[in-house]
Amino acid sequence: MVPRKGILVDKPYERLTREQVELVHRASMQILTAPGLISFNREAVDILHSHGAAVESIVGDHQSWQVKIPEQLVLKALDTAPKTVKLGARNPDNALIMHGDEPRVYLITGSETNIWLDVDFPTYVNKADSTKEIRVPEFKPRRGTVDDLCQSAHVCEHLEMVDGYIRTVNIQDRDITEENKDVNKFFASLNNNTKHFMSGLTSLKQLDNVVRMAELIAGGKKALEDNPIISFITCLVKSPLQFVEDTTDTFIEVCRRGLPIVVSSSPQAGTTAPIKEAGIMAQINAEVLAGITLGQLVKPGAPVLYGSVPVRARMDTLGDSYGSVETSQYNIDCVQMARFYRLPNYSTSGVCDSKIPGQQSSIERLFSDIVVAMSGPQYLHCAFGLLDCNSVFCLLQAVLDDAHFKMIEFFLRQPRIDQRELEAMLKQIREVVATPQKLYISYIRPLLRSGEISGIYPFEGNGEADDVFELAYEQMKELLARPVEHIDRETTARIFEEIPGILPRLNIYERES
Amino acid sequence: MSEDIIATIKENVIQGRKTQVDMGIDEGLEGTPGVVELTQQALEVNVSPQLIITEGLTAGMQVVGEKYSTKEYFIPDMLASAESVGAAMDILKPILESSNVETKGKFAIATVKGDIHDIGKNIVAILLKGAGYEVHDLGTDVPTEKVVEFVKEEKPGYLGLSALLTTTMTEMGVVITALEENKLRSNVKVLIGGAAVSDEFAQEIGADAYCIDGFQAVKVLEAFDIAKE
Repeated sequence: MVPRKGILVDKPYERLTREQVELVHRASMQILTAPGLISFNREAVDILHSHGAAVESIVGDHQSWQVKIPEQLVLKALDTAPKTVKLGARNPDNALIMHGDEPRVYLITGSETNIWLDVDFPTYVNKADSTKEIRVPEFKPRRGTVDDLCQSAHVCEHLEMVDGYIRTVNIQDRDITEENKDVNKFFASLNNNTKHFMSGLTSLKQLDNVVRMAELIAGGKKALEDNPIISFITCLVKSPLQFVEDTTDTFIEVCRRGLPIVVSSSPQAGTTAPIKEAGIMAQINAEVLAGITLGQLVKPGAPVLYGSVPVRARMDTLGDSYGSVETSQYNIDCVQMARFYRLPNYSTSGVCDSKIPGQQSSIERLFSDIVVAMSGPQYLHCAFGLLDCNSVFCLLQAVLDDAHFKMIEFFLRQPRIDQRELEAMLKQIREVVATPQKLYISYIRPLLRSGEISGIYPFEGNGEADDVFELAYEQMKELLARPVEHIDRETTARIFEEIPGILPRLNIYERES
Repeated sequence: MSEDIIATIKENVIQGRKTQVDMGIDEGLEGTPGVVELTQQALEVNVSPQLIITEGLTAGMQVVGEKYSTKEYFIPDMLASAESVGAAMDILKPILESSNVETKGKFAIATVKGDIHDIGKNIVAILLKGAGYEVHDLGTDVPTEKVVEFVKEEKPGYLGLSALLTTTMTEMGVVITALEENKLRSNVKVLIGGAAVSDEFAQEIGADAYCIDGFQAVKVLEAFDIAKE
């Protein structure tokens, strides 16, 4: 088994000095003891208390406790947390191996949106000259369905730069309920995509069912341990500094099972965290460390990712502004903090404020995709296809994002300048200068098809027309027409037999017969 | 035998292999004869030069052109193929001349006075040679008098003028006026190209055509040939 290559960043971009990183660490430690966290989850309180955290009950409508986590507890957790985390895959060659101190970037889709954006290309005729026609993309939003999720997983299977899959659309069919949502989203994704699959849980009651489904696909309990084809993400922390009751339950249960999980915190600078960089950094780092500490107390060695989704507030609405420049700064800082602890990092880029694909979307997402990728997070949730602050998913945008990441991947390649290369170049220069035409063109040919020369923009149109969307749309259709490797018939039959609630229409073998 | 060698010439034109040291595109070709060696071998076994040109070189370039238009090939591929055809034409030229076979025509090309840029000019020269034209490259920063002198003495059917700069493009008009003054304008078709010029500018100065690149130059010349017929 050879894991996916990802993008190995040669010299990761860093905003913070070592001294600033240590200052943030110190401030986070101070936050964890004063004020500490408020926990709405009783079990988390008990676990932390039994290991030396000071706990005090808070009087209010909801039962909660003030928990002060001593520094040595955090340091011990940082010691036991794995520095290398493997995320397996249905196709073992799609596994991701993340070392906390190696800036190898894996590009991941997601996260979940409620709205699916359809694309159509109606023809418009010029009022002044009816012989002139143009096709303009029209985007139509609608509620996401399980079929959409299958399509998204299918296309992302074929997108070259996508290393792992977080579902991109919330399934809102009439026959989807809170009870059957988890099994259907896991099955739809796993059945149409052989890359690693990460998801949140809608209902903790379904954890056993989705883990059993993963065991059946991986080949048993031990096989799933060796090749964890699924992992989880929970926002157990609500900013500022609160353990949420239900997501913390999920977090504890997943840690108990030893499956990989992201400890994610998503404070909004300006509202749920200080707007100043030093403040949001100290707080988000404290929040993530608190989660990691809890996880390691539940099961020392539980595979956790340092998850950071910081964002700045919009000043006009106080909504999230993922397109703001500061959002990228916070994310890069978090990558540095995770590397300081040698923990694999889940980071965020590419989320934009724009509501439809277009110039704003491209500028916002490319800006953060480039700079955050340069900082070298291991698990970069880079919002393939997502728009409108993660509330809309558009397959066409995902196809565009894949092309843009190919350019970023090429840019981040290591420079190849060494003595041998330079000697060859000196020879070439001398040879060409001695010719009458003085052109180096003939030396290009051996490199043309070797991948050493970057390609032209794949959606470049002819002439002056901007055909980007139409060409990307054609590619999207071509990707959808390619087959995917579904879960085999026998395993599918066992899954439908053992796991209740999966929609019969998702069984492709039954559909065929 | 002759069919085999012609087919191999065609294939090596497609691969853009001038000589045996060239790699081409497919693997394992390095060390096998290229277009130059194969042309010599063909002549040794008495294959007619016309057959080498039409069924080997031109047929190969036809395929290369198609591959370029479908974006399978890039300009360096086209140039490599054109260079290999050009080298074969150098071998065939004396034989064609001695047997009074006409080439596609004589094409003089120059970067005008004051302008030393020659990348585009050189590429056009390679492509035209590969397309079967007898190309005479007069160089860069060429004085108008030298161009007029060449047209008078060598009588090329076509003259290509290149300029990169807006400050030197006006020299193209000067050359055309000089050709008119020397009563040579009707003898030669003038094609212009270069980053600074355009179709409108070609019309303004009385050139016969503006070519955006070497491929268009080949097409324009073919259109002239058809018009002549």
